[in-house]
Amino acid sequence: MHPLLFLQCAGAENWVDNRTVYIGHKEPPPGAEAYIPQRYPDNRIVSSKYTFWNFVPKNLFEQFRRIANFYFLVIFLVQLIIDTPTSPITSGLPLFFVITVTAIKQGYEDWLRHKADCSINESPVDVVQQGKVVRTQSYKLRVGDVVVVREDETFPCDLIFLSSSRHDGTCYVTTTSLDGESSHKTYYAVPDTMAFRTEQEVGSLHATIECEQPQPDLYKSVYTCSPKIFVFLPSAVAVYTGWTPRWRFNYQSKSQKRSAVEKSMNAFLIVYLCILISKAVINTVLKYAWQWSPDRDEPWYNHRTEIEVIRAFTDFLAFMMQKFLGSYFITWDEEMYDEELGEGAQVNTSDLNEELGQVEYVFTDKTGTLTENNMEFIECCVDGNVYIPHAICNGQILSAEHEDLFFRALCLCHTVQVKEEETVDGIKRGIHQGKPTSFYISSSPDEVALVEGMKRLGYTYLGLKDNYMEILNKDDEIERFELLHVLNFDSVRRRMSVIVKSSSGEYLLFCKGADSSIFPRVVSGKLEQVKARVELNAVEGLRTLCVAYRSLSESEYVEACHHLTEAKLALQDREQRLAQAYDIIERDFVLLGATAVEDRLQEKAADTIESLHKAGMKVWVLTGDKMETAAATCYASKLFRRTTQILELTKKRTEEQSLHDVMFELNRTVLSNRSLKILIQQLSVDCLDFGLIIDGATLSAVLKPNADGSGHRNYREIFLEICRNCSAVLCCRMAPLQKAQIVKLIKASKEHPITLAIGDGANDVSMILEAHVGIGIMGKEGRQAARNSDYAIPKFKHLKKILLVHGHYYYIRIAELVQYFFYKNVCFIFPQFLYQFFCGFSQQPLYDTAYLTLYNISFTSLPILLYSLVEKHVTMETLKRDPSLYRDIAKNSLLRWPVFLYWTCLGVFDAVVFFFGAYFLFDNTTFTSNGQMFGNWTFGTLVFTVLVFTVTLKLALDTHHWTWINHFVIWGSLLFYVIFSLLWGGIIWPFLNYQRMYYVFMQMLSSGPAWLSIILLITVSLLPDVIKKVLCRAMPDSLTTSPNVTLTKN
Amino acid sequence: MMASSYNAKEEDGHHSGSASHGGAAVVKSKKPDNTAFKQQRLPAWQPILTAGTVLPAFFVIGLIFIPIGIGLYVTSNNIKEFEIDYTGVDMNSACYSCAKNFSWNSTTSCLCTVDFTLEQPFESNVFMYYGLSNFYQNHRRYVKSRDDSQLNGDMSALTNPSKECEPYRMSEGLPIAPCGAIANSLFNDTLKLYYLEANGTRNEIPLVKKGIAWWTDKHVKFRNPGGNANLTAVFQATSKPVNWRNPVYELDQDPENNGFINEDFIVWMRTAALPTFRKLYRIIQKKSSTMPTLPSGKYVLDITYNYPVLSFDGRKRMILSTISWMGGKNPFLGIAYITVGSICFFLGVVLLIIHHKYDTRSTGADIPN
Repeated sequence: MHPLLFLQCAGAENWVDNRTVYIGHKEPPPGAEAYIPQRYPDNRIVSSKYTFWNFVPKNLFEQFRRIANFYFLVIFLVQLIIDTPTSPITSGLPLFFVITVTAIKQGYEDWLRHKADCSINESPVDVVQQGKVVRTQSYKLRVGDVVVVREDETFPCDLIFLSSSRHDGTCYVTTTSLDGESSHKTYYAVPDTMAFRTEQEVGSLHATIECEQPQPDLYKSVYTCSPKIFVFLPSAVAVYTGWTPRWRFNYQSKSQKRSAVEKSMNAFLIVYLCILISKAVINTVLKYAWQWSPDRDEPWYNHRTEIEVIRAFTDFLAFMMQKFLGSYFITWDEEMYDEELGEGAQVNTSDLNEELGQVEYVFTDKTGTLTENNMEFIECCVDGNVYIPHAICNGQILSAEHEDLFFRALCLCHTVQVKEEETVDGIKRGIHQGKPTSFYISSSPDEVALVEGMKRLGYTYLGLKDNYMEILNKDDEIERFELLHVLNFDSVRRRMSVIVKSSSGEYLLFCKGADSSIFPRVVSGKLEQVKARVELNAVEGLRTLCVAYRSLSESEYVEACHHLTEAKLALQDREQRLAQAYDIIERDFVLLGATAVEDRLQEKAADTIESLHKAGMKVWVLTGDKMETAAATCYASKLFRRTTQILELTKKRTEEQSLHDVMFELNRTVLSNRSLKILIQQLSVDCLDFGLIIDGATLSAVLKPNADGSGHRNYREIFLEICRNCSAVLCCRMAPLQKAQIVKLIKASKEHPITLAIGDGANDVSMILEAHVGIGIMGKEGRQAARNSDYAIPKFKHLKKILLVHGHYYYIRIAELVQYFFYKNVCFIFPQFLYQFFCGFSQQPLYDTAYLTLYNISFTSLPILLYSLVEKHVTMETLKRDPSLYRDIAKNSLLRWPVFLYWTCLGVFDAVVFFFGAYFLFDNTTFTSNGQMFGNWTFGTLVFTVLVFTVTLKLALDTHHWTWINHFVIWGSLLFYVIFSLLWGGIIWPFLNYQRMYYVFMQMLSSGPAWLSIILLITVSLLPDVIKKVLCRAMPDSLTTSPNVTLTKN
Repeated sequence: MMASSYNAKEEDGHHSGSASHGGAAVVKSKKPDNTAFKQQRLPAWQPILTAGTVLPAFFVIGLIFIPIGIGLYVTSNNIKEFEIDYTGVDMNSACYSCAKNFSWNSTTSCLCTVDFTLEQPFESNVFMYYGLSNFYQNHRRYVKSRDDSQLNGDMSALTNPSKECEPYRMSEGLPIAPCGAIANSLFNDTLKLYYLEANGTRNEIPLVKKGIAWWTDKHVKFRNPGGNANLTAVFQATSKPVNWRNPVYELDQDPENNGFINEDFIVWMRTAALPTFRKLYRIIQKKSSTMPTLPSGKYVLDITYNYPVLSFDGRKRMILSTISWMGGKNPFLGIAYITVGSICFFLGVVLLIIHHKYDTRSTGADIPN
C-alpha cells in the first residue's frame, strides 16, 4: 500500500499555492519532515449578515447609508444642538420610528437566515475516526476528515473520492446544485484506495493529499465538488476526504440591493437638499441684512443667533410601508400559486418591487428553470416512417426494412445502466410502467429517454450481463448481443458507436449522433426523408439524433480492433489517435433513421419568453449544459427563432481562428446588419435578429485581462457591442461564478441596464445575488436559490406575471409615490419660504406645530400610501395581453428629470397660489361680518387647509382606480383633517403652554369669504394639472402609460 | 395518438388529484385567499379625465364662478372705507411734532388733531380700525413672546411667567404681568372722533369698545387671575410691562373690560399675519334707521399720541369702514372669481375644439383599420 495518495511535487516556492492534507489528521512522525500545520476555515456556513453583537452598529450604519435617513439624522442633531423654530421631536420621532421598524424587519430576516444556516450546519455527517464511524455535525468537519456519504445524501463539503461500496470503485453523482446538470456523472475512486471496504481499513490509512488552494473556477479546480451531490448507489460507502471551502467559493456575499427608483429618488433628494440649503443661506443672509438696518434694534429682534433648519420630509415612512405592504400582493397572488408545490410566490426583499418593472436584461438558467429537466422520447423515424410510442399498439407498423435494426441499434448503442431498485426516485417515476423494480441511469438523460422510448415501442433493454447486452424484443424473446467495443461520445465528433456481435455471429457497428456528424458518413439509406424529418423536429425544438449502422465483416472487425487497441495503448497523443481510429472505423454508414427527444419545457416557457421579448427585455440563457442541448432548448422556447441568425463564439471556433478574428468578424456582421436593419425597418419588413452562442471557455478568454491592457478592454467592449445587438444570447458551459461575471459585465456596461437573474439551483445563486433583481424558482433542486433570491416563484411562467403585471404596477405606483412625495412637500414648504419675506426672515412658522408634525404623518400620508398599494392604471388583463406596455415604463421613464421638473413646478405653482391667495385675501382687510380681525395663525391655517385639500385632491385626480378603499382613505383623511382641526382648536389644551390655535379654525370657517377663497384656491391649484392631463390624453401620440383605448375598453 | 393523449390525461389527473389529497391540510393554509383585495380585483370606478368628461366641469365652474365673482365684486364696491394716516412724518401734518418728540419714556402724552371730510355717508355700522405698517408682529421671537397660561389666569404663571417672555419677563425683580414683547408693545394711542357740524360744534361720536375681540378670546382664552374683582390686589406682586404707563389693572374702569380681559389688549395680543395690518379699535353703532351712522361732512380725529412708530419707519392709520356679509372692502376675491371663472369658460371652449378635432381624427384613423 502506498503511503501517499499523491506525491508531493510542489516546490517550496509555491508552498502557498498548494495545500497538503493529512488524511484522518494522521500527521507524520515528528522530525520526519518539517511539518507546518496549516489552518483552514471550518465548515460552517454563514449566509447571515449580522451577529448578535454587531447587529446594532452594523445595521445603523447600513441604514444611514441611505441619504434620506442620513439627512434626517443631521437635521435631528442640528435641532438638538441649536434653538430652532420647530422642536427636534418633529423630525426625530419619525426618524426613530423608521429606523426601528427597518431594524426590526432586517433583524427578523437575518434571524431566519441564521436559522437556515443553523439547520445546514447542524446536519449530521458520518466521519471515520480511528476506524469507527462517528456521527458529527456538518460544521465540525475539518480538512482531512474521512467522511462517509450514503446514497441520496448531500455532500457536506468538497471531497475526494476514496472508495465506494461498488466493486469497480465508481459512484454516480449529480451536480445539479453546481452547474445545474441533473444527469448522473460517474466518478472513480482514487485507484490506491479503491480497494478499501471497511471503516477499519480506511481508518488505518496514512496518506497526504497534495492539492491546489481552492479556486473559484469550477472546471479548472481539480477537486472542487459540491455539497449537493447524490450518490446513487445502494448502500454505497463513498468515502471522501473533506476540505473547505466548498461551494461558498462559487458564492457571492449578500449585499444590500438598491433599486433604480431609490437611486433617482436620492438624486432628487440631493437637488432638494441643495435648494433648501441655499434657501436657508439666503434666508439667513437676508435676515441679518434686515436686522442690520439701525431701526431694527428692538430687543426681541436680535436675541440670539440661529441657524435656519430645513423642514424635514417626514414621510419616508409611507415609502417604506408601501414597499413592505406592497410585496404582500405578490405573496397573495393566486395565479402564482402552484398546486403541485403547494406554494405561492415569496418575497424576500421588499426593497426591489418597483425594479421588477424596470428589467431590461433577463438572465435565466436553463435546466429546471426553462425546462422541466425531464427528457421524453417523442418519436422516431425509420426510413422516413414515423413511429410514436403508444400509437404503435394500433398495429400500423409499416414494415420498413431497417425497422428491427433501428430499434436494436437504439437498444444497444448507449451507455445506459440498469438499476434495480425498490424505492423509486421521484423524478424517474412514471417512466417505467411495466417494471417498477428497475430503471435506467446514465450520464446522458437523452440516452435514458431513448431507451425508455424503445421500451415503449416494444424493445426493452434488460441490461449488460457478462458483456452480453440483452434485449427483450417485441415478441418477448430475449436477444443477446456481445458488446465488443464502445466508441465513446465526445463533443467534437458528436456521435458514439458500439460494435456488437449478434447471436448469429454478425459484427455490427451502430452509431448515433448529431445529424451533422452522421449524414456526411452515410453511403446509403433514405437520406432525404430522414433529413426532412430531422429538420422539422429541430425546428420544433426537439433534440434529434440520427442512427446509422455498418455491418462489419470479420476482417474489417479485426482491423477496427487493431486500430482501437493500438490507439488505446498509445502513451502519447492518445486522444488524438483515438479520434483518428474512430474516424477510420465510423464510415460507410447505412442510415437507419432519426429520433426526437424532448427536454420538456416548463409550462408556458415559450410564451413567457415571447412576452418578455415583446416587453423589450433581452433574454440570456446561462447554462452549464452542452451547447447543443442548450441551443435546442433555446429554439424550443422561442428564444431563437427560425429567422434568428446564430453567431457562435465557442471554443471550437476560436480554436480554428484566433479569438481576435472571430470577435471582429462577428462585430462586423452585427454592425453591418444594423445599418441594414435600419434600411429594412423603413421598408417595414421583418428584420433579422441575431442570437449569440458563447461558451464558458471563450467567455473567460474574452474577459481575461490581457497583457496589453488595450486589447482586453477592446474584447470586452466588442463583446458588449455584439451582445447589445443580439436579441437573445445563449451562454453555455458556465461555471456559477461566470454566470455572475456575465451579469456583472452587463450591469457595468455604459447604459447600466437593470438586470434580472432567474434560476432554481445552488449554481444560480451567485448570479441571483449579482443581478439587480434575483428570482429563485422553488424547484426540485432544493431551496438554495429561492432562499438567496429576492423573489421566489414556483414556476418560470410566473415570471411573466411578476414582471409585466406586478412589476409594472409597482413601478407606476412607486413613481407616483416619489413624485407626489416631492410635490406635496414643495407645496408644504414653499409657502413657508415665501412667508419669510413678510416676517423679517425670522423663521416664523406659517403653520401651527401640530400641523407641521401631522402633515406628513397623518393628513396626507394615507391616501398616497393606499394609492401606491391599489392603484391600477390599466387592468391586469391588458397588461398581460399586451406586453409592449412594459416598454412605456422602461428606463425609469416616470422618474426622469422632466417629469420631476413638472411635478416640482406644479408644487411651486400651487404653493404660490396658496400663499398669495391667502395674502391678498388678508391684505389689510377683515373678512368677518363682525369686523373682527384674524391673526397670523388664521392666515397659516387658511393656507394649510387649502394645502391639505389641494394635495389630497390632486391625488384623487391621479387615481384611475377608485376602489372603496380609495374613497374611504381620500375622503376620510380630509374629514380627519377637519375633525382634528376642530378638536385642536376647540379646547384649551391644558398640557400646552400656548393656545395659539384656540378657536382659530372655527373662526375661519365662520367666515364666508374664507370658504369662498378656499374653494377658489383649490380650483386654481388643480387647474393646470387637469389641463395637462386632458391635453396629454387628447394628443394621440402622448407618452402616457395608459392609452385611453385600453382603458375605455374596460 | 389517441392513446397517448388519453394516457397523459390520466396521468395528469391522477397526479394533481393525489397532490391535492395529500397536501390538502397543509396546502390550504399556504394557498393565498381568493379575495378581491388580495388578488387586486376590487371593484373600482375608473374615471378618465378626457376632454369629453372635463368639458362640462369647466363650463359649470365657469358658470358658477363668474356670478359669484360679480356678486363679490359688487358687494366689495358698495363697502365704504375711509383711511387716514396720522403718523406725522410730513412737516405739515398735525401730528408731526408729536411724532418727532415722542419716545417710549415720555411721561406726558402728546395730543394732536386731524381733520378730515367724508364725501359719502356711511350708512350701516361703521368699524373703526387702527392700522400699523412695517410693524412685524409676525416676527418669530415676537410671536412667541407671550405666556398664554398667565393670560388665562393661571396663578403660578402670574408669579413665574414662561421663559418665552424674555427679555420682558421680570422687571426690577418682579414678574411682569402681562409678560412678553407683544404685551409690552401694546398699542396705546387713544382715538376720539367728532362730527364737525356746520355751526362748528364738535359732536362726539360714541365709540363702542365692546365686541371688538373674539368672543372666545374674551371669555375663555383670556381670564383675570382670581376673577375680575379686586384686580389691584391680585396684581400686587407683579410689575407692569416696561413700556406701559399704567399697570394692567388700570386699563379700564369697567371691571368687565379690565385686566387681561381688556378688549383692546386682547385684540393686540392676536398677532397679525403681515407687517401691514389693521386692528379693530371701536365700533360705531347705527342709531336709527333713518340717519346714516356717519353722515357726510367734516370730522375731527383727536389723537392721544402715545405710540412711536418712526423709530422703525412705521406708519399709523385710522380706518373707518362699513362691513358686508363678506367682511371689509376687498375687491381681490371678486376679481379672482371672475378671472378664474372666465379662464375655465375659455378653457372649456378650447377643449371643446380640441375634443372635437381629436374625435374626428380618431374616428378617421379607425376607419382604415
